[in-house]
Order: sequence, then C-alpha cells, then structure tokens
Amino acid sequence: MTDRPLTALIKPERAPLSLAEYEHAGGYAGLRRALTLTPAEVTTEVTKSTLRGRGGAGFPTGNKWSLVPAVDGRKYVVVNADEMEPGTMKDRLLLEGNPHQTVEGAIITAYAVGAQTAYIFLRWGYQLAEARVAQAIADAYAAGYLGERILGTDFSLQLYLHMSAGRYMCGEETALLNALEGKRANPRSKPPFPPVSGLFGRPTIVNNAETVSNVPHILRNGWEWFTKLSSGADGGTKLFGASGRVRTPGVWERPMGTPLREIFADCAGGMAPGYAFRALLPGGASTGFLTEDAFDTPLDFTSVEKAGSRLGTGTMIVLDDKTCPVGMQYSLQRFFARESCGWCTPCREGLPWVARTLEALEAGDGEARDLDVLDAHVHGLAMGNTFCALAPGAMAPLESALKLFRADFERHISEKRCPWT
Amino acid sequence: MLTEHEQHEIRAQMALYEQPAAVVPEALKLVQARRGWVADEDVRDVAAFLGVSTAEVESIATFYSLIYRRPVGRHVILLCDSVSCWIMGFRDLRAHLTARLGIGMGETTPDGRYTLFPAVCLGACELAPAMLVDGILHGNLTPERIDEILAGYE
Repeated sequence: MTDRPLTALIKPERAPLSLAEYEHAGGYAGLRRALTLTPAEVTTEVTKSTLRGRGGAGFPTGNKWSLVPAVDGRKYVVVNADEMEPGTMKDRLLLEGNPHQTVEGAIITAYAVGAQTAYIFLRWGYQLAEARVAQAIADAYAAGYLGERILGTDFSLQLYLHMSAGRYMCGEETALLNALEGKRANPRSKPPFPPVSGLFGRPTIVNNAETVSNVPHILRNGWEWFTKLSSGADGGTKLFGASGRVRTPGVWERPMGTPLREIFADCAGGMAPGYAFRALLPGGASTGFLTEDAFDTPLDFTSVEKAGSRLGTGTMIVLDDKTCPVGMQYSLQRFFARESCGWCTPCREGLPWVARTLEALEAGDGEARDLDVLDAHVHGLAMGNTFCALAPGAMAPLESALKLFRADFERHISEKRCPWT
Repeated sequence: MLTEHEQHEIRAQMALYEQPAAVVPEALKLVQARRGWVADEDVRDVAAFLGVSTAEVESIATFYSLIYRRPVGRHVILLCDSVSCWIMGFRDLRAHLTARLGIGMGETTPDGRYTLFPAVCLGACELAPAMLVDGILHGNLTPERIDEILAGYE
C-alpha cells in the first residue's frame, strides 16, 4: 500500500495507464466495493475519512453528499475540473496522468448520492486532458463501469465530458452550474445550495477533481487508512505545488499538513540561484501572503487559517526580491478585474478601480491618496459586500501586500517610478 | 445557415442535457470551428435553431473568452499574463511577440497568419512562462524559443 495514492500510478514520461493496467493496479476495486454497500454506507465511509474539498473552500465532502435529499428523481454529479485559479496546476496532473481515477471517483460519488447523470466540467485549453479523459470514459462504458446496470447492479449512470468555453467564474460552483445550463456563468443566490437545487433545479453535487480522485482509494482501503495518511485532523494527502523563482517548480503529493518549509525547501528546492525569498501566496491567487516566519505551518485548512491565510488550492506562488510586489499585485488584480462576471456592482466597478490604481502606481503616476483608495477597497469588497467570493478572494493578496510591502508601495509614490525597473 | 453537419452535431449535444438551450456554448463552438470566429449571422442561426432569442445567444457569445466575435488569424496565440508567468518573464515575451508580429494584444497580423491574445492562467505554472498556439501548450518560453516555435507555422 502506498502513501501517495493519487499519484502512485502517474508516470509523467508515459501515457496514462490503460483500463486493463489500471484494473491490474487495483483500479475500479473501490467501485466494486462501493456497489456492495448501500449509498448511505458509502457516504458514511467518506464522512468518516475526514476528506475535505480540495478546490479551495475545504468543505467536508461526506457532509456535502449527505445534504442531498433522500427522495427519488433526477440528481446530478459534476466534477469541477475548471482549474483556472492563477498559480494552480494540480488537477491537470491528475487528469492527464490517471484519468480513470477521476472517472471511478465520479461513478462512486454518483452512486452515493443517487445521481443518474454526471458531468466532468473541464477547463478550456486542457487539450491533452480532454483527449485522455474522453478515452477513459469510452473505455469505462465499454467495460460496463458506465451505462445501464453497472456491473450487474440496478445502478445506471451516464457520464459526459463538458469542455468549458472559458471563464474563471466557472470555478464557483453555482456559476459552473449556470455555465453547464448554457447560460452566462453568473453565480446564483444561496440558499438554496446545489445539493438541494443545482443543475436544472435538481439536487447536484459539485466536487473538485482532486477531491473526487480520492474517493476510489477511500472505498478501496477504508476510511481509517485515509485518516492515517496525514498526522493532522484533515485526512489524506494533498497535491502541493510551487511556481515563481524557485529552483524546481512543480507539483507533489504529500500528507495533508506537511510543513510549508518541506514543500518550499525540499520539493521546490528553495529559491533559484540569484533570487532571495520575500513572501508567498500559499494556495493560488486568492490567498494572502505568508512570510518566512510561517515556514513551520502545517499545510492543512485549519493551520494555514491560523497563520493568517488560506490553504486554497495548495499551490504556492513565490515572490522573489527581483520582482516588484506592486507590479505583481497589478497582475493579480487585473486578472480579477477582467474575470469578474459583472453581476454585482462592487466587484464589477471596484476591481477595475483597484487595477487602474495599481497600474498608475507601477507607472510612477501614483499619489498618496491611492493607498487610501486601495485600503478602502480591501474593506469595501470584503465577504458579505459582494455576491460571491471572487472579489473577497482578490482582496486577500492585496490586503496582505499593503501591510507587508507598505514601504514598497510608498516608494513608488515618493520616487514617482517603480524601483524595480 | 447552419450546415447539415453542424445541425447533426448540435442535436447530438442536445441529447446530453435536460434542456436543449444548454447547448448554446457548444453550438457556438461548433460554428466557430467552420471559419475561426462567430459572425452575426451565426448568432442568429444558432438562436433560430435552438429556439432562444438572438440577444440571449449574443450575451453568451460575448461572455466566454474562447468564443470570438471578430475574425481571427489562421493561428491564435494565447500568451499567459497571470501571476506566475508575469513573475517569470511575461513582459519580455509580450514585448518580443508584439515587436516580431508588429501587432498589439488583441490584433491580427496583416497577412492573417496570427492573432495575439493575452490569456488567463493556463494551468501550466510549473512551466511558466507559457502560451498556447492553436491549443498546443508551450512552456519554459524565452524569446528565442518563441522564434523557434513560430517558425513552424504558415
């Protein structure tokens, strides 16, 4: 038994395992076991495993499943593989490297919640993943893991691959559901939450691709095994990543709760030659900066929050001494401004204002009051003032940058230029 | 007019969703495959075929990044400008590409060969800086590497 279940069968230098090879390595054994249990028992197994959503919010997966009402009728499962958080490249590894694992997880999820139809919502531009997932789905149909009366049981499931037409907003689960319905990807008002009323108004479970990929292993090896993969309260492993001026950027599977230092220093090899560390965003663009004094933080949902940030997607973006923190912030905020869906006014109007202000600062056209404008937006676009989490997420790196790099912001104003150019 | 092939493909997609209007983005992608972009008449044709309003189809066509409502070149370059690529050299690559092609972001070369777009994070941050050319991912880019890649396109 391996302690890196998600990536054990992924060999970057070769094509993913064929169906026969995947089965030989224990693939679809999790589904076979699940089908000997009742759907409620499968959900209980996942709840006890302490699996939490790997898309960024960390909601307990089994609890989410149990919110689906136990009534007959159409239900859906959607695998959220719309990986578009800047600095995040973990789901691509799973979908390109071992697509059957995600397909098997989707089938078990559908069985647990009583869904008849499932979709894998894949981001645009993942051309290789698209081909490999489509092949895995076709092979699973041919082998009787999908379609009518799966493996001779009464359980039937149709699984379809949906390619997004491209928009960051689609990662938000209710916006994703609107996109699947062929509409603009605006978020929906909650409640009702998707497990009660989701796709086409039906009960729907939306789970991140990494979350779903854990499910076959939990069913195959049991919930206790899963909890023991980590030493903390959140069970299992996590895909961690690093990008920026580190020696070896990449993605690695490690126990949930692995100290930040181990990912940064051992996996990523520390800073690239000639660059010094300043700070990092621990889990994608929507998380706040951490500095070296947080290097002993275990990377799990609770500990990273205590350290003042969020685990997010677990893929860190590293800021070095030769990169302007104001310019980096401009890149981040312009992204969020461009990707705002425009549905609510604070986000639609506020984010472009923030981006324009940062652009002016970076160009040497900043004024002292610009920092007040940025501070005001940090509060004005906080959670509760906007329709969804996009703008509050955007403010996380800005708020921490304004604290950590205040002197750098002020130098842009007093010197009327970017000190890094 | 939608071609027979397009009508067939759109109908096949309709079978995958509870409501037919769900295939509007798919239908737009299908008509875009014909000539690389979606013209006004395409929007009207898709709306008529699916029984939804033209305004509805237009609102969807203009929402999603990969639906082009203006003509594009034979090859579309999507250069990532999100944070990891920004740190790893996006600005140098942008300067190189715009100078080499003689166009700005969002423009098409006069010979119709390339359209250059900025793109949000391509999910290839360990290979930053990165770009897609006609959907094919290229990472660890330098100006020299870009020259080599573009030499392969007509």
